[in-house]
Amino acid sequence: MSELSVNNLIGIKHLQKQDIDLIFKTADHFKEVINRPIKKVPSLRDITIANLFFENSTRTKLSFELAEKRLSADIINFSAAQSSVKKGETLIDTTNNILSMKVDIVVMRHPNEGAAYFLSKHVDAKIINAGDGAHEHPTQALLDSYSIREKLGSVKGKKVVIIGDILHSRVALSNIYALQLQGAEVKLCGPTTLIPKYITELGVGYEKNLIKALEWCDVANVLRVQHERMDIKYFPSVREYTQLYGINKEILNSIDKDIVIMHPGPINRGVELTSDVADSKQAIILNQVENGVAVRMAVIYLLAQQIKR
Amino acid sequence: MAKKVLLNQKEIEIILHRLSCQLIESHKDFTNTILIGLQPRGIFLCNRLVEILEKEYNIKDIKHGKLDITFYRDDFRRRDEPLEANKTEIDFVVDNKNIVFIDDVLYSGRSTRAALTAIQAFGRPNKIELLVLIDRRFSRHLPIQPDYKGRKVDAINHEQVKVNWKENNDEDCIYLINNP
Repeated sequence: MSELSVNNLIGIKHLQKQDIDLIFKTADHFKEVINRPIKKVPSLRDITIANLFFENSTRTKLSFELAEKRLSADIINFSAAQSSVKKGETLIDTTNNILSMKVDIVVMRHPNEGAAYFLSKHVDAKIINAGDGAHEHPTQALLDSYSIREKLGSVKGKKVVIIGDILHSRVALSNIYALQLQGAEVKLCGPTTLIPKYITELGVGYEKNLIKALEWCDVANVLRVQHERMDIKYFPSVREYTQLYGINKEILNSIDKDIVIMHPGPINRGVELTSDVADSKQAIILNQVENGVAVRMAVIYLLAQQIKR
Repeated sequence: MAKKVLLNQKEIEIILHRLSCQLIESHKDFTNTILIGLQPRGIFLCNRLVEILEKEYNIKDIKHGKLDITFYRDDFRRRDEPLEANKTEIDFVVDNKNIVFIDDVLYSGRSTRAALTAIQAFGRPNKIELLVLIDRRFSRHLPIQPDYKGRKVDAINHEQVKVNWKENNDEDCIYLINNP
């Protein structure tokens, strides 16, 4: 297979295993490209990409922007804070106005679940979901799996625990789909209040005890507690959360194997991870960031390939 | 579909030795030279030449690599079949080096043009030469000519030159295939 089975990247749920294999194979080539003295290829020099960020983002936006620039695409950036959205413009109107400037691909982050899917049904451009509410964040899940594959050789058969605020996390859901598609076993760990009620129906396990979860897994993907999305108190205090679900060096040393520590960022140092863990050899957090550019280049390249001249 | 043998195994072997000798004439002990096989099919020819140079002419440690030109091609999004990338392996500095691009067939010259752009991502070579096994004359789209060539072939557009290597086709043989 040398073409994606989908026309947009809305979520991992819509992908097949072969799509992920193709994205990773292409990302391998781009990883080599971004380590050259001149880290740029001319493939997309006649493609224009709009980055529409209706929600704050630092690393995802930078990573997409860099990936687009490495592919020589022309880019326009839009952030809701400085736009007509504040004046009451609808999502479709905003996007269609941008598309009338002959944009080929839209990368969108939006606070509402389903926004990327909705847009894909109404506008004539390739849509890449850069996060929609607490639904999916497909490129993050792809780069997470890619980083596991790079570190451990393969994702198949690996045991991955996702720790923390699953309830408000789009990274968690995309990761569950991606890991299962590649044959990994997934468990969730965190306070029961931050675990969605019917999540185990997706075929994932749940372990309340952090130590037991870490003893079980090969990889621990630690999520940030998303205070900004919490309208009520989900746990008594940050201190208590850290005591029960924070990973420190002592805990890691007490486990009789070297597990891989991942984090999609931004890290709350001292809350979900202590600094000595985040900066340890077991952590592949910065590899995730580097791989993010290569994986996003692959996704953009493969979708652009479908736009015929 | 008519198929005619252009070069058999023995003829290919003789040509490979001649090309090796021509390379030695120009590049002496290869200290400042890098041989680069163009993906996907130029790498077989490159490996064969390196093998002959090392075994038959006792030239050691010849720097050689693989260059994939997929992301530099000018027909991206113009083809029916999607392009598939291959591995690039250039583990050395190319600045001020003499590079020899190696490919099996020179046809339109567009692959060579893409390779000329691609190699710039690794630095600024002193000089770039082109070695091909088959030079399809009169079919060039760009002003590109080989510095070393195995055999000149006058083939018309619907004819295809197919190079088979033992490594992937179980035989060393070059065919001229007529696709009417």
